[in-house]
Amino acid sequence: MSTPATPGVTVNGDRLPLTGVAAHTTALDWLRGRGLTGAKEGCAEGECGACSVMVARPGTTSPTEWTSVNACLVPVAALDGQEVVTSEGLGSSSDLHPVQQELAVRGGSQCGYCTPGFVCSLAAEFYRPGRVATDEACDHEHGPNGVDLHALSGNLCRCTGYRPIRDAAFALGSPEDGDALAARQQQPPPEPRPTRIAVDGAEFVRPETLTETLALLTERPEAQIVAGSTDWGVEVNLRGRRAPLVVAVDRLPELRELSFRTDYVEVGAALTLTEIERKLNGRIPLLAELFPQFASRLIRNSATIGGNIGTASPIGDAPPALLALDADVVLASPRGERVVALADYFTGYRETVRAADELIRGVRLPLPLAPLVGFHKIAKRRFDDISSVAVGYALEITDGAVVQARIGLGGVAATPLRAVATEDALVGRPWTEETVRRAAAVLAEEGTPMDDHRASASYRSAMLGQSLLRLFHTHPQTHPGRQEVPA
Amino acid sequence: MSALSERPDNPIVGIPMPHESAALHVTGEALYTDDLVGRIAGTLHAWPVQAPHTHALVTALRPEKAYEVPGVVRVLTADDVPGVNDAGVKHDEPLFPTEVMFHGHAVCWVLGETQEAARLGAAAVEVDYEPLPSLVTVQEAIAAESFQGTPRHLERGDAEAALEGAAHVFDGEFEFAGQEHFYLETHVSLALVDEGGQVLVHSSTQHPSETQEIVAHVLGVPSHEVTVQCLRMGGAFGGKEMQPHGYAAIAALGATLTGRPVRLRLNRTQDMTMSGKRHGFHSTWRVGFDDEGHILALEATLTADGGWSLDLSEPVLARALCHIDNAYWVPDIRVDGRVARTNKTSQTAFRGFGGPQGMLVMEDLLGRCAPLLGIDPLELRRRNLYQQDQTTPYGQPVRQADRLTACWNQVADSGEVARRRAEIAEFNHRHPHTKRGLAMTPVKFGISFNLTAFNQAGALVHVYKDGSVLINHGGTEMGQGLHTKMLQVAATALGLPLSRVRLAPTRTDKVPNTSATAASSGADLNGAAIKNACEQIRERLAQVAGGRLGISPNDVRFDDGVVRGLSPASGEIGWNELVNTAYHQRVQLWAAGFYRTEGLHWDPNVMQGEPFKYFANGVAASEVEVDGFTGAYTLRRVDIVHDVGDSLSPLIDIGQIEGGFVQGAGWLTLEDLRWDTSDGPNRGRLATQAASTYKLPSFSEMPEDFRVKLLEKAHEEGAVYGSKAVGEPPLMLAFSVREALREAAAAFGPAGSSVDLGCPATPEAVYWALDRARTPQAPEAAPSDADAGAEPAMAGGCASWRGK
Repeated sequence: MSTPATPGVTVNGDRLPLTGVAAHTTALDWLRGRGLTGAKEGCAEGECGACSVMVARPGTTSPTEWTSVNACLVPVAALDGQEVVTSEGLGSSSDLHPVQQELAVRGGSQCGYCTPGFVCSLAAEFYRPGRVATDEACDHEHGPNGVDLHALSGNLCRCTGYRPIRDAAFALGSPEDGDALAARQQQPPPEPRPTRIAVDGAEFVRPETLTETLALLTERPEAQIVAGSTDWGVEVNLRGRRAPLVVAVDRLPELRELSFRTDYVEVGAALTLTEIERKLNGRIPLLAELFPQFASRLIRNSATIGGNIGTASPIGDAPPALLALDADVVLASPRGERVVALADYFTGYRETVRAADELIRGVRLPLPLAPLVGFHKIAKRRFDDISSVAVGYALEITDGAVVQARIGLGGVAATPLRAVATEDALVGRPWTEETVRRAAAVLAEEGTPMDDHRASASYRSAMLGQSLLRLFHTHPQTHPGRQEVPA
Repeated sequence: MSALSERPDNPIVGIPMPHESAALHVTGEALYTDDLVGRIAGTLHAWPVQAPHTHALVTALRPEKAYEVPGVVRVLTADDVPGVNDAGVKHDEPLFPTEVMFHGHAVCWVLGETQEAARLGAAAVEVDYEPLPSLVTVQEAIAAESFQGTPRHLERGDAEAALEGAAHVFDGEFEFAGQEHFYLETHVSLALVDEGGQVLVHSSTQHPSETQEIVAHVLGVPSHEVTVQCLRMGGAFGGKEMQPHGYAAIAALGATLTGRPVRLRLNRTQDMTMSGKRHGFHSTWRVGFDDEGHILALEATLTADGGWSLDLSEPVLARALCHIDNAYWVPDIRVDGRVARTNKTSQTAFRGFGGPQGMLVMEDLLGRCAPLLGIDPLELRRRNLYQQDQTTPYGQPVRQADRLTACWNQVADSGEVARRRAEIAEFNHRHPHTKRGLAMTPVKFGISFNLTAFNQAGALVHVYKDGSVLINHGGTEMGQGLHTKMLQVAATALGLPLSRVRLAPTRTDKVPNTSATAASSGADLNGAAIKNACEQIRERLAQVAGGRLGISPNDVRFDDGVVRGLSPASGEIGWNELVNTAYHQRVQLWAAGFYRTEGLHWDPNVMQGEPFKYFANGVAASEVEVDGFTGAYTLRRVDIVHDVGDSLSPLIDIGQIEGGFVQGAGWLTLEDLRWDTSDGPNRGRLATQAASTYKLPSFSEMPEDFRVKLLEKAHEEGAVYGSKAVGEPPLMLAFSVREALREAAAAFGPAGSSVDLGCPATPEAVYWALDRARTPQAPEAAPSDADAGAEPAMAGGCASWRGK
């Protein structure tokens, strides 16, 4: 491993050294300790967005994209070599940034505590390269200026009721000529670079290559692997977890590719949900349904597909969809690679077949795709909530009969699982209300849902059955055969 | 028009303007208490040791191991308290308890060089507990007859006789949940001993004077040795009226014992598990109607779930009783109220302060009874609105009932309610799996503290020799825009442009003996006190100006920084020059202002009097769409007309209405406080103790189309510059959302279905409601009953109906 450069982060244009930083120090605590107190801690688990800042990340339609992230979830060490902009860097009270100006004059702040976070999330949307003004397709979530309100789905305000913030968002123009942050997006993003920071016996390491990473994992099986670190942050902040070694894999090129092959699409484990969403651009309809329901934009900007599978939570949003897509998991280790069906991957509550020295390199989605798909997430809140139950569907109906059915479930057992009995109740039968009602009764009995603060077991079961009825109601017609996906 | 309410020409009040700190908010330059830590060298950090029991005796506390953790400086225990070991004004809240009264109760605090050291130190403290039986639900408390405080009784006429003679009588039971404040800024205090030997506490508090009193009594010193400052709060909503005191006292105790500044900031989980919330209530009721749907009589018993100590539960209960009528005339009424004592956080003030709970009982029963009476719920509500000069059950005339009607009619007209309801009926006919509903509900909310003594305020206004003005007042800024309004009041009263007036942070050494910034009264009280101070100065300056201009002081006018007579011929003099002249004439250029609300009287023992200066009025119409597969819903459109008097600051007032409405909708439809009510090892633990499990409204819950108007021609004689209070009343406009959900759920069933709806009306609660409506033969076993470990607030209660 090459000797890392002196660690440091560029904040609002100033390069600040990362010295004496503990491996568990979040970017938020570090920024606030440096006197940049604009970003606030509201929840310390990536739910409220009061800590939102912008990071220069590789873009999908421009070389660099200002990306909003929850500073409370990111180890500051992971920002080594990167560029960060906070509310203080966007403007000052005597020289407001356009986003700040609109929010200020329209009553977008009351107590003001959440406001710097809103400013950063909205500024990221202001600079989003794909944002184009349109007079059509406007609704209460999409402004005539191309602003997608989902950019703020991870920001909570307890005072305003949001209306003035929406008005401010929809009133924004485009960055002016000479806007330095807009210009920055046209330059390459900061290069990934190796990092090793050790304080008080705890280390943060970002290896340079996959080979180094795998060697390190073999040598140190206790290593905590992080990519977007959206789970790491919660563990550190709320449960006091202090791992002796944190290994960051989010910049490894082998984990960041998305490619269309003849028989499958391969999605790199370290691609963020936002990156996958933008790169796929609707070409996998089931995932296109999933993305807007997956946490918030702030979380999707950091969370990776590999991380969502790696934590093996029974209520992760991706597994039900991926199970319906019949996904495979590609596991890499110094011994080589192996491919495991996702349906065989989960073995128990937060337990999987992955060995300590194995790294999820990617996910493979077989082609062609089933034509009739759906992703149903049941939660109290429409934006940014954890599912009570989630159901992914991929069905093929030929000549009015179900010829193939894959149904993935989350929230009904200790692991995500396939609704095998329901699939059996559908396959070979006509796609009719009668079939669906019978199968819905089977689906309602799948798994062993539990009672908790999110939902009662009886509601969870009822929602499983209702879900299939809803799918049928949405797709009462039979569909054409398998669909080719343009690469 | 009274002198208090009269506006001069060209007033600064009434101009829409952004929050005075808006530019600081958006840039992150606005400082909050915890942002000050980096400015104060050597600050220690405090961390609580929270008990893992719901009710237990502390039999031993051994801090020794904490001192083995590097960086731990001090463990604070009861032995360290030089004064009174109590955090409240009722002396029922030991600061360091020997009896754990709720899950997460802090038994001692650890101070560390870093937060990490304090946290690890707290984990190392050894505590022995002897667990005791606990009461977690209000039902358990009622069964065990576990009550606290004074029960209250409100009565007019003979409700029992009236019910006997009523054509239609219904009774029911309704239990509903409380609400977590979830101010974005958690509780925080930063205490130090200043250069003068005085204890200075920066605290995120709505009630600096009471924080000062509690800190002083814990430290065993007189109040003049303690100063509390509140620069601004990151939200409060009532949650920082009483609750900050104990945390401020811990920080102050640590600072005096160690000689170093101490910061105590709760993280979200600590805040949610330790601090009080809106009271959940249990209610039983009997109501009688005549054949036209007029309410004849109401009997009700309200039981507030007070948690482990009294805090503000008694006044919350009093306000609930006073607001059970909401905006409706109830000729004969008898309401009993009591406070249950449970092993939960000590529930406290929350925007509306019991008013929402009382009114919810009424709105819920109207929504349930309307189909049984065969009357459209919208018409049932309209028909029962107060008429001019009818009186409330506690004997106060409703002098502006015409405004209720005006709001109602304006919402119905501008909201095109009749047309839209016809469209909704058509839509519902065509869509078997999706239904819409539209409901209108009114609000009539009494303004003033029920306790008459609290209705006073002070201000301190300085005019410096250069003509610049600095104002101080006793109110605190929590985001509601009070300081913005106060700047506008001062500028108006002195006839100055806004730029000449600056506002300094709220401090107990500037204005003493203040009331909490609460009860929506901040602008009424402090605005009048500032106006009083400014007028004293203005009158003195008028004398000087009269001399200079050769006119009577009575004819001197102050406008936009220029002072002149009634006639242009008398000439003019600039403000700065006048101030300078006055200084050299040795005229006092500063003044203390004071205000007491006139005309209030209240006898809490018989619950009669005129406790309120006036009522705030408003009406909302909400339209929802409900998905029959899941119970999920969207809020399609909301129309509101609300009475804020002559607005002091319209942009601020609109913001209060919208924000209050959405917060109310959160309480009624989404926010789901759950305690573990099982007999398992976590009994009594708050299950929803983080933002990931306790969901407040996000963008997805705001109305897709949100139309808020201020009632016009709404001058209020009794308040500063003709304005009205606005902080709390709009929260209760959100009843319209819950009632619209009830109507949409009913639309899944046969016409005239009476729907029993859980509160909060989460998608799950709505689903069960609509599922019962569309399958009338569904078994009685309410699905939520099977919801082990869930607060019964899920269930709407099991009303037994009987027509007569």
